[in-house]
Amino acid sequence: MTDTNATTMHDAPATHGASHGEGHGADHEHAPLSYRFLLFIWIGLMCLTVITVGVAQIDLGFMNIIVAMGVASLKAALVIFFFMHLKYENWIIKGMVLTAFIILAIAIGLTFVDVGYRY
Amino acid sequence: MAEAHAAPMVHKDYHAAKMGMWLFLFTEILLFGGLFLLYASYRAKYPQAFHAGGQTLDVFIGGLNTVVLITSSLTVALSITALRRGELVRCLWLLAFTVACAGAFMVNKTIEWSAKFHHGLIPGSEHMLQLPQGQSVFYGLYFAMTGLHGVHVVIGASVLVWVMLLIKKGKVTGGDYVVLENAGLYWHIVDLVWIYLFPLFYLIS
Repeated sequence: MTDTNATTMHDAPATHGASHGEGHGADHEHAPLSYRFLLFIWIGLMCLTVITVGVAQIDLGFMNIIVAMGVASLKAALVIFFFMHLKYENWIIKGMVLTAFIILAIAIGLTFVDVGYRY
Repeated sequence: MAEAHAAPMVHKDYHAAKMGMWLFLFTEILLFGGLFLLYASYRAKYPQAFHAGGQTLDVFIGGLNTVVLITSSLTVALSITALRRGELVRCLWLLAFTVACAGAFMVNKTIEWSAKFHHGLIPGSEHMLQLPQGQSVFYGLYFAMTGLHGVHVVIGASVLVWVMLLIKKGKVTGGDYVVLENAGLYWHIVDLVWIYLFPLFYLIS
């Protein structure tokens, strides 16, 4: 591991610039997330699940769907950023994921404009 | 030095592998995204039928499956940490637990679907076509979306079993673990879809 790191450092200025030797294997990656941290994320997800089920029992009219989707999106964010490790990825992957979700949001948004004015 | 020299010859690109997996996941997001769009527009058209349909689904089984999937997502994430720390046995047990969760999810799904079939709600059946249009659309979407999701659960679990074999053979290791990470990413997407399916179908009553 030390060997590879040393070589990587020699290569770095010429080929990779500021990034520390991408593409040479995984030994330079972000340290693995601790068991304890991942467990905390799981507890957060469980609490949010209880909240969605609880709120659904109360009739808030139109607000029910807003709350349900808000909580679901919060859960999705926890899964994406920590379980799926996105928070620790480079900006290229972050940008790609952001683009994909923006496209999805445009598709859903435009459809709602269409459907909302049709019926 | 020879070792360091040999590494690029294998030509494994960690970042490219991950980027490729994410690109594939985008196609999955758009696949389910299209179905969620159908759901949203039909729900806007038949609010009462969707409301009534949601009441016939079992919140307990749906909630249980949510807990099962989120927990299995945790154990996949833990297994990556275990592999990278060199705790091979723990990693394999965590993955085995994840696959068991997938099995439990599918058993629950079978119980749910059997109950619906028992009431004559079989996709494509005469009975379903004769229902009022809103209801037949609701159950059609329910079977299509949870069915497609179930297929993904089975595929994800199979991929994880394959990765377990690779880990046992020493082909996926603490230093070269991108295959496990990518399989994990797929599993998390399966969880992610369920996070939205659960409130949209089970909690709208």
